[in-house]
Amino acid sequence: MATVVDPRAHAHTEVASQWRLMWWSFRRHRLAMIGLTIVILLYLIALFAEFFAPFDPQAARARDVYHPPQRIHFVDTAEDGSWRLNPWVQDYKLERDKFTLQQTYVPLEGERIRLDFLGSGEPYTLWGLFALETRLLVPEEQGRRFYLFGADRLGRDMLSRTLHGTRISMSIGLVGVLVSLLLGLTLGGISGYYGGTVDMVIQRIIEFVLSLPTIPIWLGLAAALPADWTALQRYFAITLILSLIGWTELARVVRGRFLALRTEDFVTAATLDGCSEKRLIFRHMLPSMASHIIASVTLAIPLMILAETSLSFLGLGLQQPIISWGVLLKEAQNIRSIAQAPWLFIPGVFVVVAVLALNFLGDGLRDAADPYAQSGR
Amino acid sequence: MLAAFILKRLLWAIPFLFAVSIVAFALIQAPPGDYLTTFAATLAASGDVVDSERLDALRTRYGLDQPFLVQYWKWISGVLQGDFGISFEWQQPVSGLIWERMGLSVCLAVSTLLFTWALAFPIGIYSAVRKYSIGDYIVSTLGFIGLATPNFLLALVLMYIGVVHFGTDVGGLFSDRYQAAPWSWGKFVDLLTHIWVPVVILGTSATASLIRIMRANLLDELNKPYVTTARAKGLSEFRLLVKYPVRLALNPFISTIGWAFPQLISGAVITAFVLSLPTAGPLLLQALLAQDMYLAGAFILLLCCLTVVGMLVSDILLALVDPRVRYR
Repeated sequence: MATVVDPRAHAHTEVASQWRLMWWSFRRHRLAMIGLTIVILLYLIALFAEFFAPFDPQAARARDVYHPPQRIHFVDTAEDGSWRLNPWVQDYKLERDKFTLQQTYVPLEGERIRLDFLGSGEPYTLWGLFALETRLLVPEEQGRRFYLFGADRLGRDMLSRTLHGTRISMSIGLVGVLVSLLLGLTLGGISGYYGGTVDMVIQRIIEFVLSLPTIPIWLGLAAALPADWTALQRYFAITLILSLIGWTELARVVRGRFLALRTEDFVTAATLDGCSEKRLIFRHMLPSMASHIIASVTLAIPLMILAETSLSFLGLGLQQPIISWGVLLKEAQNIRSIAQAPWLFIPGVFVVVAVLALNFLGDGLRDAADPYAQSGR
Repeated sequence: MLAAFILKRLLWAIPFLFAVSIVAFALIQAPPGDYLTTFAATLAASGDVVDSERLDALRTRYGLDQPFLVQYWKWISGVLQGDFGISFEWQQPVSGLIWERMGLSVCLAVSTLLFTWALAFPIGIYSAVRKYSIGDYIVSTLGFIGLATPNFLLALVLMYIGVVHFGTDVGGLFSDRYQAAPWSWGKFVDLLTHIWVPVVILGTSATASLIRIMRANLLDELNKPYVTTARAKGLSEFRLLVKYPVRLALNPFISTIGWAFPQLISGAVITAFVLSLPTAGPLLLQALLAQDMYLAGAFILLLCCLTVVGMLVSDILLALVDPRVRYR
């Protein structure tokens, strides 16, 4: 026998808003929650890259070319056996073989570079507004360097570069998706709301864009950008190029929702009540599809990130001195440099993790947004 | 009925091809300045004398002083006769440069498609039938990672493993001694021993998404009453599975040609560049970087045409297999 539950105990579900219901069902999705955490972390890094990065990402040091990654230790033991909590890394020395001239980094026994949490490092201006010098992790001694992710071919700190790359890569996904969303909402909305010939034409256009091989087209467009554009202009042009192809999926979702909603009772009721078209669309129809749109947007961001990475990797997307994950991976292009310095792959790990996290988040949102979703699909 | 459908679909392809050619030509036109300025610059850079008479002749030949549509017309009518213009970088007709590379590109795309099917089909069925088993979880996890990894990253990692652990270079499609050799049985076998690397790299993400589609479709079918009926009648589990639900879940496989083909061809551009394959991708990239626009335009046009043809083939196959499509 099922136990009788006092209906008043459910009172809070009856008044729960759609967003609250979504949150409840989203919370049960464990992978999606992990995804959400990682995505929030990544955007925090993107916002405060200067704070998280120990050094200026452009600062090169010829002595530390291809410096290997150093492991961070947290417990500092002294010779007399006493210990204290203080992060440190092993110091390395560059040695050159007398005959082959091959360079190797050998650990200097007993030499430790001690680090400080929240110490003051190289000064920076956050968002071009605040002059600060507090960084998350800095060497105790000013002027020392340490490389948790190794150094690249100019002796620049890969950790700082990867964290700064997070800013560009994660934001290009967001900005690109916003542009696609604008296009997708407008065209998909018109297509779904009015139907008929307009719908036919827009559907054919979408099919056409979908049938184009994206990368050759992107490459062609990116190659056509004037070479003398500034980094910022290039950034926006690349975003625009990416979203020119990316809007179709969103347009299809919006159209599908409009078609489904058009016949719903509440829409008919609103029409009969004499709602203006504007009010009908913006007050009644758009809010009820917002959750679906958010889910599709989340699923579109990783595609943008992958596209930017690929373009920049080929040298047609963003270019130095802008740092994105793709620009960083361009360094790992030839077999010699990766055989010598496999840590140049680290930005690639970030790409995979970011894309996975966004995909899980999007899947979770989509399931949560759909009241008829079956679990386990 | 079927013939009418195919005819209708064939007719639809014509405006598509037309639109595709306009896109390709717009890309040729897109860089600032016309291509004769690029051409003159290339000539000057290589130390040649820039012959103004020759430039003028070229200008009239391509109608560079005329409006877009006239130029397009001149270009497309040339293309229809097999004349794609000249490559400024290579100093020879484009048509002489592209065909072998396009052939290898198609060969690569088709092999990848076959590989994808061969792998995704049994795995998709397995993970639907044994839902939530350990195998299903492993496959799903690998699938997610496969979808999230950019092709070129996978290519780089494979190259790294090849060089560091096996001491071989996994790039290229042929060994050195077959590189310039004419086609022969030996060269073909040599191709087979090399092609699997790019096939695996390219096929991974498509396989991953196909497995997910197959699994979802089959799960939908498995709960339907006809499956229960068949089981109640005592059909063996294997026969039951293969004969009915799998037959229905097959449709996405056929329609994959439509979307997988453009994706494969797109993805192949980057992978081929990393692995330095003698396919269309690296040459296209080189042409784009050098703004050698006739060569790039020809590649883009042909790649776009391939995808249109891929969609056409998949639609027709789908109509052959699934009567519901035909009569809609």
